[in-house]
Order: sequence, then structure tokens, then C-alpha cells
Amino acid sequence: MAETQTTLGKEACENCPVHHAANLLKLGVDMKDWDFVVALAGNPNTGKSTVFNALTGLRQHTGNWPGKTVTRAEGGLMYGERRYKLVDLPGTYSLLATSTDEEVARDFILFGQPDVTLVVVDATRLERNLNLVLQILEITDRVVVVLNLMDEARRHGLEIDDRRLARDLGVPVVPTSARYGEGLDLLVQTMSEVAMGQIVCKPYRIQNQPPRIRKAIRELSAEIRKAFPDLPNARWVALRLLDGDERIAEALRKGELGDLTQAPRLETPGEVAIGPETAS
Amino acid sequence: MSKSSKPTSEDILAQANTLRWDLGREFHQRLVETVYGEAARLADRAVTRPEKKPRFDFDRTIDRIVTSRIFGFPIMFLLFALVFWLTIAGANVPSRWLSILLLEKVYPLLHAAATGIGFPWWLTGLLVDGIYLATAWVVSVMLPPMAIFFPLFTLLEDFGYLPRVAFNLDNLFKRSGAHGKQALSMMMGFGCNAAGMVATRIIDSPRERLIAMITNNFALCNGRWPTQILIATIFIGALVPPHLAGLISASAVLGIAMLGVLLTFVVSWALSRTVLRGEVSTFSLELPPYRPPRILQTIYTSIVDRTIYVLWRAVVFAVPAGAVIWLVANIDIGSMSIAEHVIEFLDPFGLLIGLNGVILLAYVIAIPANEIVIPTVLMLTVLATGMSGVGQGAGVMFETGTGDTLAILQAGGWTLLMAVNLMLFSLVHNPCSTTIYTMYKETGSRKWTALAALLPLGMGFVLVFLVAQVWRLIEALI
Repeated sequence: MAETQTTLGKEACENCPVHHAANLLKLGVDMKDWDFVVALAGNPNTGKSTVFNALTGLRQHTGNWPGKTVTRAEGGLMYGERRYKLVDLPGTYSLLATSTDEEVARDFILFGQPDVTLVVVDATRLERNLNLVLQILEITDRVVVVLNLMDEARRHGLEIDDRRLARDLGVPVVPTSARYGEGLDLLVQTMSEVAMGQIVCKPYRIQNQPPRIRKAIRELSAEIRKAFPDLPNARWVALRLLDGDERIAEALRKGELGDLTQAPRLETPGEVAIGPETAS
Repeated sequence: MSKSSKPTSEDILAQANTLRWDLGREFHQRLVETVYGEAARLADRAVTRPEKKPRFDFDRTIDRIVTSRIFGFPIMFLLFALVFWLTIAGANVPSRWLSILLLEKVYPLLHAAATGIGFPWWLTGLLVDGIYLATAWVVSVMLPPMAIFFPLFTLLEDFGYLPRVAFNLDNLFKRSGAHGKQALSMMMGFGCNAAGMVATRIIDSPRERLIAMITNNFALCNGRWPTQILIATIFIGALVPPHLAGLISASAVLGIAMLGVLLTFVVSWALSRTVLRGEVSTFSLELPPYRPPRILQTIYTSIVDRTIYVLWRAVVFAVPAGAVIWLVANIDIGSMSIAEHVIEFLDPFGLLIGLNGVILLAYVIAIPANEIVIPTVLMLTVLATGMSGVGQGAGVMFETGTGDTLAILQAGGWTLLMAVNLMLFSLVHNPCSTTIYTMYKETGSRKWTALAALLPLGMGFVLVFLVAQVWRLIEALI
């Protein structure tokens, strides 16, 4: 009996997609010919570097203080025959204000056009961390929220309904404790599914602005869409222009934004549909 | 692809401007509020908080103690004193083992092998006596303290203590006209100034970043501890009974480190009131939760990443320095070697400021790495005094027991004043060439890099000169 059970258990494991995480190959800095670029964003001190190290097998210095990663670090991993380049961005609280850190992070998500953006959030400080998530969801569709530090959340007696959060945000949410390696298998699996277009994200976008603002956004983004029909985040660009963001105005003037639309997308089965820009 | 009515970039910008005019100033505020409101709403839906607050909040309790007005500074002081003491006390034995292995066992073997193969004497000298010995010295003196200090420091960091240090020091930095985050780059500087230079990137304002860079050198870096520790042990520890020696020498080293922190504030203050005037920027520093450090992993990574990395860099610089030391000691001009000429030339000035020609020359030769200052001093002292029976000959760096070191230095005319001044000068002099180069790369400015190199050097000369004058005055009175 016991033996049968073991065999059954093993088969069940092999059928489970998570099992394939065993095929995860940590490539360190060897990242030639990558198929997908993955950005790693998040608030400071949420364990981004720990996630980065766990996924790439690199040992980028980690420390328990905010603002420790000052430049972007890059590493690679291989999963399911595909090579992923992972870029660890500096930790930021928002993408609205302008500091060097925030600019590095935002420019990469916007102009680097990562295939997937992992947003590492602190499960014990979800409210503040979601500010950044919501802002990133305005720029890009393909996001996986990494609900990290679950061990600390448990320690504080917090219960987090990750499924409800995923439904609300419209993107996958994976609970992890990167320090102890918990949940990373599922994270890699989810990341690859988003990259391959097997999971289609329908990111939540804030709609409840006052009518006057909504009208301005609608008018301006319609205009931007007319000029750059392929731009994935016209609404966000409109928001930034209305907010007087000089960097974005500059990008528009120089045609950098126009270039974004021409960047070749990787051919993947079931190409991800650009999230419907529900009329605001 | 394009329609004839396609708006240009300028059209869009113009329209954006018109719309902005209508929206008014509070738009940004509204935008931020909306995002925050939504984040709060979504978080609220997903998170279930415990019925009642736990009675004991671990993080708060610790924070209340380590950042308290009364206990904050003493705790900080004691913790660092403990780290220094563990480093000094713990490094002795493995240092001794390494030096026995590398200097007493391997060195004669290499020497014999080189002679056996039939190397000419100068080649053996250059390779074995110069390059090998310099490297072996650096490894045996530096490896053990670093292998103890870096893991301890990283454990404090991993636990979350460093941001509390920054919090404690923030007010002092602000009052010096510098950025509160400078506390963090200074901490990094205690490990390595070159790393500290890179760490200043967390400071956004260029003015405050320059202050942080110029003053980073006053954080006593890892390469300078062996000097501090050795001199403190043989000169200052020797002033008290043996059972107190360890404590007193550790205090002396800590005192020098604290003087460095004080100078950081003073120089930051002076810079922010002269060449780098400007507003102090505010920032919010998040105190992260305390996390149980992963001890084994921390020890492993800090040894592999930091210790070996810093050691390797030191070795890279020790190799050419070893060659130079051997050459200046062995190339003769007239009846004396180059080194002896230079020492003779520098001696009057050196003695005036309470140092000597040997120390000054050693600092010139050892600019690539502070850690080879002491071996160079010893070698040059033996050369200059023409002592026989000690050491291994001209241009040969060597290590001996602390007792022998004392004997050599005393024969070289060393006094307690010289020892104290060497410790001071080691703290206040130009940064090593790696740090200077790193700063140049980070700022791209020759002017600021030159200031960062020359300012501490000038201050060092003034400081040791003043100490020497006061010392001599007191000596004359007694």
C-alpha cells in the first residue's frame, strides 16, 4: 500500500507543472541570447535582491536596509528551454516623483519593455506597496506580483487572500518567502507562463478619478493613440503629460515614445493581447 | 499606416498644456490621492488583520531602545566596540598560523627553488623577496581580521541594525549640512572606502553626495586596521599591564575610529559652509523590520563576496608595490640605495611633524593599498638603520613577532609620539589609489577628486605637526 501511494504521489508530482521547476537552471551572469527580459521592481527593502539571487544563483549583496541596490543588476536563468534575463531595479516607492532611483526603474519598465515585470511587494505592508503596483500596471500589462515576506506576515498574524488580490489586480499574485526559498518554484512557473502568453493579464486600471480629470485623460490619450496607434500605454503617457512630466514630454519630442511601438515583440504562442483600454 | 490627420508630438504637447491649465494645480495631488486611495481599498479587501494587536511588539520594543536618546549612542558605541574587539582578539591566532605557513615555511622553499633553477640573484629578489613576500604579508595580516569583521558587520546589517544607526546619526549629519543617508555610505566606508564611494549613489543631491564622497576617507577602512591594531598593540598596549593590554589597544583603535567619525562631521560642516553651500535635502528613511539573520549564509557570502574580493584587490596592488619596494631598496645611486637617499631627504621634515622619513616614504610607496604600510615601514627601517641579524635583507618585507617588531622600531628611533602620530596619519591622509580612481569614475571631475585626495593629506600633516609640538612641549615641561 505504502509503495503504491508513493508511486502515485510521484506521478501526481510529475504531472504538476511546479515539478518542472526542478529544471530551473541558474545561469548567473551568463545571459547570452536570452528569449525574455524580466524586470524586478518593488519598494525598497522588500527582498528584491533576495528574489534576484534565488532565481539567478548570483550572490548580489543583500542587506536589510532600504536603498541598498543603487544600480541595476542583471543575471540570467533558464527555465523550460527558454532563457530569461533578469534585471534587478532599484527599489522605489512610486514612479510619480522624480529621483534618480525612480527614473532608472521607470525608464527601464517603459523603454526597456521587459516581457514580464515582477513586482516584489512586502506582504506585511501591502497598502503602501500596492501604490507602486498600481502605477506599474498603468505602464505595462505583463506583471506578476510577488507577495514576498509571507513568513513575516504570518508572524504578525496577517492573513492575505492572494487569490482575491490577483482577481482585483488582474495579474497573477504569487506568495513567497524568498529568504527561505518558499514559493519560488511557482513564481518561476508563473513568470514563464506570462512571458509565453499562456496567462493573459487584464491589469486593473484606476477609473474613479473626478469627471474633469477623466475627461482630460480621455481627450489626450485619444490624441496620443492617433499619433502612435501601437503604443501600449497611451493612457499612462497622457497622465504623465497632464502631470507635467518633463522626461515623458522629452521622450515624446525626441520620438523615443514612437520607437516603443516599433520594438519587435517576441513571437509566442497565444500572443498577449494588449489590455483593453476601457473607455474612461 | 499613417493618416493625414495624425497629430504631431508638438500638437499633443500643446493640447496637454491647455488641458493642464484647466485642471489646475491640484492635479498632481489628486492623482497621488487616487492611487493611494485605491491601494488602500485593494489592500483592505485582501488582508485580514488579527483580532487584537499582539501585546508585545518585538520591533517597536527594540527600536525604542536602540534609537532612544539616552541609550542609542551608548549601544551603538558598545556594539561597534564589541565588533572591533572580537576582530582584534580573534584575528591574532589565525594571523600567526598564516604567517608561519607563508613566511616561515613557503618562503624559504620558494627561495631555494628559485636559486635551484638558477635564477639570477636579482630575479629571485624581485620575484620572491619583493612580490611574493609583499603578497604573503598582505594575505596573512589582512585575511583573518576581514574574515571576522565582514561577517559580523553583515550580520548587523542583515538583522536591520544599520538603518537605526543612520537614524541615530541623521540629526548630526543634518546639522553638519550633510545628507542623513551619508551615515550609510560612511558605514560602508568602514569596510572599504572605494565601496563607500559607490554607496554614495543613494544620495540624490550632487552637493550632498560630494560631501559624502570627500569625507568618506575618514571612515577607517579595513586596510588601515592592521596598521592601527599592530601599532596600538605594541606601543599603547605595552603601556599597561598585560591583562589590560587587549582592552586598552582595542579602545585606542576605537578612539581613532571615533575621531574619524568626528572629522566626518567637522569636515562636512566646513564644506557645507564654504565650497559646497546649499540646502539640506530631506528624505524619509524607512526603518525596516528586524529579521533573524541567516547566520551560515551570511558568513559564507560575506567571506566569499566581500573578504575574498577585497583581499584579491589588495593582492593585485601588493604585487607591483612589492616589486617597487624591492627595487628602491636594491638599486644603488652612489653608495646608497634609492630608498636610503629618499629617507635621508625626507627625515628632517618627517621628524619635525613627529613622524620620520621611513614612514613618509612608506606612504608614498604604499599608495595602492594601505595594508602594506607596516611591512614597508619595517623593511625600510631595517634598511635605513643597517641593522644586522634581523630581517632578510634589503627590500625584503617581513613580519616578526610583536616583540621583535618593537625592537626593530625602537632601533629605528621610534618613540611613543611617532606611534601615536602614525595612527593619526593613517586615519587622516589621502585615500588609497583605488578609492581615488573610483571617485574619479563616479564624479568625472578632476577638481573634486583632487580635493578629496589632497584635503585629508593636508589635514593629516597639520594634525600630526600640532600633536608633535604639543607633545614636545609637555615633555619639556615634565
